[in-house]
Amino acid sequence: MRLARSDGRFPARLKAIFDPPRALYLRGTAEPELLDRRGVGVVGARSCSPYGAQVARMLGRELAAAGLLVVSGLARGVDGEAHRGALEAGRPTVGVLGCGIDRDYPAVNASLSRRMEDGGLVVSEYEPGVEPAPWRFPARNRIIAGLCEAVVVVEARERSGALITADFALEEGREVFAVPGEITSSLSVGSNALLKLGATPLTAVGDVLDALGIERMLPASADPGVSEAAQRVLALVRDGPSAADEVTARASLDAGAVSVALTELELAGLVAAVDGVFRALR
Amino acid sequence: MVLGRTVTHTLVGLEARKVEVEAHLQNGVPGLAIVGLADRACQEAKHRVRSGIASAELEWPSRRITVNLAPAGLRKEGSGFDLPIALAILAASRQFPVDRLASHAAIGELSLDGRVRPVAGVLAAAEGARRAGLGRLLCAAESAAEAALAGVEPIPVRHLVEVVGYLRGEYEPEAVEVFSPGEAPPVELPDLADVRGQERARRALELAAAGGHNLLLAGPPGIGKSMLARRLPGILPPLTREEALEVTRIHSVAGLLSRDRPLVDRRPFRAPHHSASVAAIVGGGAGPKPGEATLAHRGVLFLDELPEFQRPVLEALRQPLEDGVIAVARVEGRAVFPSRFQLVASMNMCPCGGRGDAGTECQCSPQRLASFREKLSRALLDRFDVVVALPRPRAAELGGVAGEPSEAVAQRVAAARARLETGTPSRTDAATALLDRAVERLPLSGRGRARVARVARTIAALAAADEVEEEHLAEALAYRSPRELAQ
Repeated sequence: MRLARSDGRFPARLKAIFDPPRALYLRGTAEPELLDRRGVGVVGARSCSPYGAQVARMLGRELAAAGLLVVSGLARGVDGEAHRGALEAGRPTVGVLGCGIDRDYPAVNASLSRRMEDGGLVVSEYEPGVEPAPWRFPARNRIIAGLCEAVVVVEARERSGALITADFALEEGREVFAVPGEITSSLSVGSNALLKLGATPLTAVGDVLDALGIERMLPASADPGVSEAAQRVLALVRDGPSAADEVTARASLDAGAVSVALTELELAGLVAAVDGVFRALR
Repeated sequence: MVLGRTVTHTLVGLEARKVEVEAHLQNGVPGLAIVGLADRACQEAKHRVRSGIASAELEWPSRRITVNLAPAGLRKEGSGFDLPIALAILAASRQFPVDRLASHAAIGELSLDGRVRPVAGVLAAAEGARRAGLGRLLCAAESAAEAALAGVEPIPVRHLVEVVGYLRGEYEPEAVEVFSPGEAPPVELPDLADVRGQERARRALELAAAGGHNLLLAGPPGIGKSMLARRLPGILPPLTREEALEVTRIHSVAGLLSRDRPLVDRRPFRAPHHSASVAAIVGGGAGPKPGEATLAHRGVLFLDELPEFQRPVLEALRQPLEDGVIAVARVEGRAVFPSRFQLVASMNMCPCGGRGDAGTECQCSPQRLASFREKLSRALLDRFDVVVALPRPRAAELGGVAGEPSEAVAQRVAAARARLETGTPSRTDAATALLDRAVERLPLSGRGRARVARVARTIAALAAADEVEEEHLAEALAYRSPRELAQ
């Protein structure tokens, strides 16, 4: 559907930016009012590290669970993970395209965008048939920034589209967060530079919620009903991402028992594994 | 009558077919013609046979000689026909008592000086002789021990002179000792004690051995994936006598038997290079020859750098993995090769090898990574019951204590296999509930669910438990395809 700027249902926050689009095209089952919910943009590198992917997913899931609308660009890497996180929490999420509304770009995320349309929205300022082109993505980023009250940059290289989103957000006076990254990794040069310029460092999901004045609803309770061995393994994984063998060496358990504990923690949503390395999720 | 006749065998796939070699002498321009669909190597027998007979100081009949290989419709391959052809010609010209040849089959290549050389596939030929009711096989001395395995009496001969001497009753070849694996020096297999650390991978290897599961090891280069894979045959139970004969027959046809160890009593380990063609892996050729998948029958087929293999090769492996046999169809006929192997594969986590290695950063573009993973089709990944991702261990772990030796692991594996043979353990309700929860929360397909259940049974058997309990299932879940590969 097409939503003209003059339409009463056109999102107010987007209308308030310097150059709002003339119209928005919408795809999905949700009503346009969804776009007026308090939104947070989660953006970052397409070729992100496993760590970046994990943080993006966690942010997507927990921000959505706290009642915020997760907005991102439906790209590979951080964008896609943030959307997936929100879907995991069972909440709607909004993807902004840099091409015609009838396109799926990149094609790998076609199935993701189908899932998002069920309950959420995919939006674009371009009419059907418009090809994706390099100059359309910065324009798309101004819409992401415009729809949100805050933007979180997860991982960004020195010259990254995510930084453009952050610039737009700053110009419009929206909150900008950056996730601190390793100073030796080229994937964090951009996000760390943002921190140097005065962006708020994000070290927990609570940072965003505090800034937006939202009560935390995260359960403060200890780990729900996992075994004693699993508690021990969890404590080790919280010290730093570890391979199963490193846990085995330090937990004085055998390899089989460690596998049992790690599966238990994975199912409880307390750890996640990428490329054989286990990380604590909160 | 000027006709001489011997019996030999040719191979169709792994199967020996009886071939009668007839030589007929008639008046006319002296010469030799071989008829009966003989291939190139077989046609060249003319020259070897003629020189061999001359070198043995026997008489070359100066008549018109026609050699027929019957049945004439069957394609004949190889150089094993030299000896039978020479004998048929010598029989036709009555250079030894012809009735002495009855109840003998013959196989062997001749050299120009009349020596008898060994050929491939003697075991299958000897079995064919036994089935045809022929009790004795004339063959090269090197092949005698191999032929004895089939239960026929081998007559080892080194030279055409010896053959004729034996048929004239002037020469008695020495007796052949039947090979018994117990007396031969044991083959040194690589031992698991050499592997330091790598607890999770060792555990996965043990599970794979106990349950006969296919195993995929993923990790950065140089962390010992191949080293681990090579230690799998050492913890598998030894071959039974029938299995050993089956494997020996295959290796004999491929010409891979060693002289001092004619019986293959250790599980084979085959590691073809990733440049291998489809025919090299599944077998092929005009008269189909067994490929690596068949040479690994009852043993381990190791594909190092799995995604580097050509896509058609990987797809071709699906039939043997499913059915345990490969049917190779050719214009000339069809051969069925047994190929019940255990598949072990290794791969890097990304094309540049940087993933899973804390010290380096992955340089792969998302497109390159996607096409790398794309190559491992769902269907192929579905064949691996046990998948382990091995990140590079930190330096501190390398100094770890030496691991448990293969022998101790092999005992547990044998005990677990015995348990699994007596019946499938049932699953407790709690374990089933856990499995259902996992299917809900993890990316786990229907096939994936069945795989996890299978591995859980093996874990229970290793633990000598009567039922598959929650913890067995939880451990099995840890070896499922990781999310980054499953997507």
